[in-house]
Amino acid sequence: MQIYLPIAEMSVNVFLLLAMGGGVGFLSGLFGVGGGFLMTPLLIFIGVPAPVAVATEANQIVASSASGILAHMRRRNVDFKMGAVLLVGGLGGSYLGVWLFGVLRDIGQIDLMIRLSFVVFLGIIGAMMLTESSRALLRRGRKGPRTKLHQHTFLHGLPFKMRFRTSRLYISALLPLVLGFVVGMLAALMGVGGGFLMIPAMIYLLGMPTAVVVGTSLFQILFVTANVTFLQALNNQTVDITLALLLLVGAVIGAQFGARFGTRLRGEQLRGLLALMVLLVCAKLLFDLITRPESIYSIGLLGGHS
Amino acid sequence: MSARHLGLLVALLVLAAGFSVPDPARAANPLIADLSKNSIEITTGFSGTDVLLFGAIEGEGDVLVEVRGPASDIVIRRKERTLGIWINRDQVGFADVPSFYRLASSPGIFETAPNRALVRQYGIGTANLDLTTIGDIPDGHHASFRAGMIRNFEAAGLYAEDIGGVEFLGPGLFSAKLHFPANVVTGTYAVQVYLLREGLVVSKLNYSLVVQKIGIGAQVFAFAHEYPAAYGVLAIAIALLAGWFAGFVFRRR
Repeated sequence: MQIYLPIAEMSVNVFLLLAMGGGVGFLSGLFGVGGGFLMTPLLIFIGVPAPVAVATEANQIVASSASGILAHMRRRNVDFKMGAVLLVGGLGGSYLGVWLFGVLRDIGQIDLMIRLSFVVFLGIIGAMMLTESSRALLRRGRKGPRTKLHQHTFLHGLPFKMRFRTSRLYISALLPLVLGFVVGMLAALMGVGGGFLMIPAMIYLLGMPTAVVVGTSLFQILFVTANVTFLQALNNQTVDITLALLLLVGAVIGAQFGARFGTRLRGEQLRGLLALMVLLVCAKLLFDLITRPESIYSIGLLGGHS
Repeated sequence: MSARHLGLLVALLVLAAGFSVPDPARAANPLIADLSKNSIEITTGFSGTDVLLFGAIEGEGDVLVEVRGPASDIVIRRKERTLGIWINRDQVGFADVPSFYRLASSPGIFETAPNRALVRQYGIGTANLDLTTIGDIPDGHHASFRAGMIRNFEAAGLYAEDIGGVEFLGPGLFSAKLHFPANVVTGTYAVQVYLLREGLVVSKLNYSLVVQKIGIGAQVFAFAHEYPAAYGVLAIAIALLAGWFAGFVFRRR
C-alpha cells in the first residue's frame, strides 16, 4: 500500500515505513539507544530528501524521549538543574544548527554535510564501541586494574563553578553548557538525539553518577529536539508529520519487543552487535560518497528551497 | 479502458464519421482531440496516473502531442571528486525550466527532414527545448549542464519522448497515453496537439491540465507552508501526545 508523504513529496510503501520504525525501535529497545542515528541514514537510503529526513527524525525523537522520561521522573533519576544548564547550551546549539542548515541548503552542500557528519560520528562511535566490547569479552573472568573514579584535570580548574545536588557534583557550568551546545547542533544538523555522545560525556567528562545520566539526557533531548522541530518547521518547512507518525507507530511497538528480548542477551555481546551495525551504516554512507554517483548533476530550485 | 474512455471513443468515432460529410466549418479544423480528464488529483494514495488523449484527423498527416509542466528557475550543480569524495562544485542556473515534459508522436514523424526542421524551429523535443542560463557561465558549461539536467529529469520520469506514442486506431482516429509519475509538481500543465503535414503545422489545439493536491495531504502541505510556526507547535504536540500515550499503554507490562 503506497502513501504519499505531503512534505517529502514522494510516494512510499506504508509497510516499509512501519517495518523501518519497528526495526529501529526494536534495536533502540534492545540496546537502550535513541535510534535517530540509524533512522536518519535509513530514511536517506530509501530516497527521502536528506533535509526532510533530518527534521522529521527530530520530531520523532520528541515522541520517543517523551515516553521514556516519565518513567525516569517517577524514579527521580533526573537532575533538573544539570538538565537546565545542558538545555541552555542545547537551545543555543540547535538555533545555530538550524540556521547553518538553511545556509548549507542554499549553497547546495547540506546533503554532503549530513552524510559526512554521519560517516564521522558513526565511524568513531562504532569503532570505540567495538574495541570496548571486544576487550570486555576477552577480559571476562580476569580482573583488570581498577582506574580511579575521579581524576583531577584542567577541566576542574574552569571558572563559573556550580553545585549540582542530584548529581553530587561541584563543577564549572561551562562544561555542561558546551556539551549541550554541541549536542544541540548535532540534533539540528543530523536529526539525532545525541544520546550516543552525551551519555559517555556525562559519565566520563562531567563525572555524573550513572543512575541519573539517562534521565537527565532524555530531559535535555526532549526539549532540544522539540526546539529543532519548531525551528525546522518555521525556517525550512521540512518536518513531515505523516512520516513521523508512521515511523512512531512502528518504533513504539518495536521498542517493547526489543526491551524484552534484550534481557536475554549479555551486555558485551549486545554492544558488539550494535557496534557492527553502526559501522555497517557508516560504511554504506562512505561508499556512496566515494563511488562515482549515477548522475554527477543534481537539480535544485533557485533561491535554495529544493 | 474505462466506460468513460469508451464513451469518448464512440463520440470521436461519430465525429470522425462526420468528417466525410462536406462541411465548411469542419474542413477549417482538420484536427479534434480531447483528454480523458482535465485535472489530476494528488491524494494520499497517489502513485502516478495516466491521462489518455483521443482525437481524430481529417486526411493524411502526423500527430504530435506535447505536455509542459509549470516552469521555474532552477540551479544545476555538478559534483567533482575532491579529496576522494564527490562534492557539488560548479553550478549553472536555468530560467523557466518546465518541471515536466512529454512528447508523444505518430511513428516515423522525424523521418522527414521538413518535420525535423519544424520541431527545431518550434523548440519541440528535449533536444530543442529553449533553455536559457542565468548570469555569466564558463564556455562549454551550457551544453554539458543542460544535458545533465535533462538526463536527471528523464531518470526521474519527468521528461520523456515517445515516438510512436500516438497510435492510430483506425483511419484518422488516434490515441496517446500520457503518463504522470508520482513525483509531478502541482500547477497548470499545457497540452498542445499538432497536426503536421510535410513540415507545416496544419492545425494546433491547446488544452490545460491542472495537477493539484487534494485531501489531508494537501491540507498538511498548505498548513506547513502558510502557518509554519503553528505547524511546528502541532508537530511537537502530536509527538508529545503519542509518546506519552505509548509510555502509558506499555507501562504496566
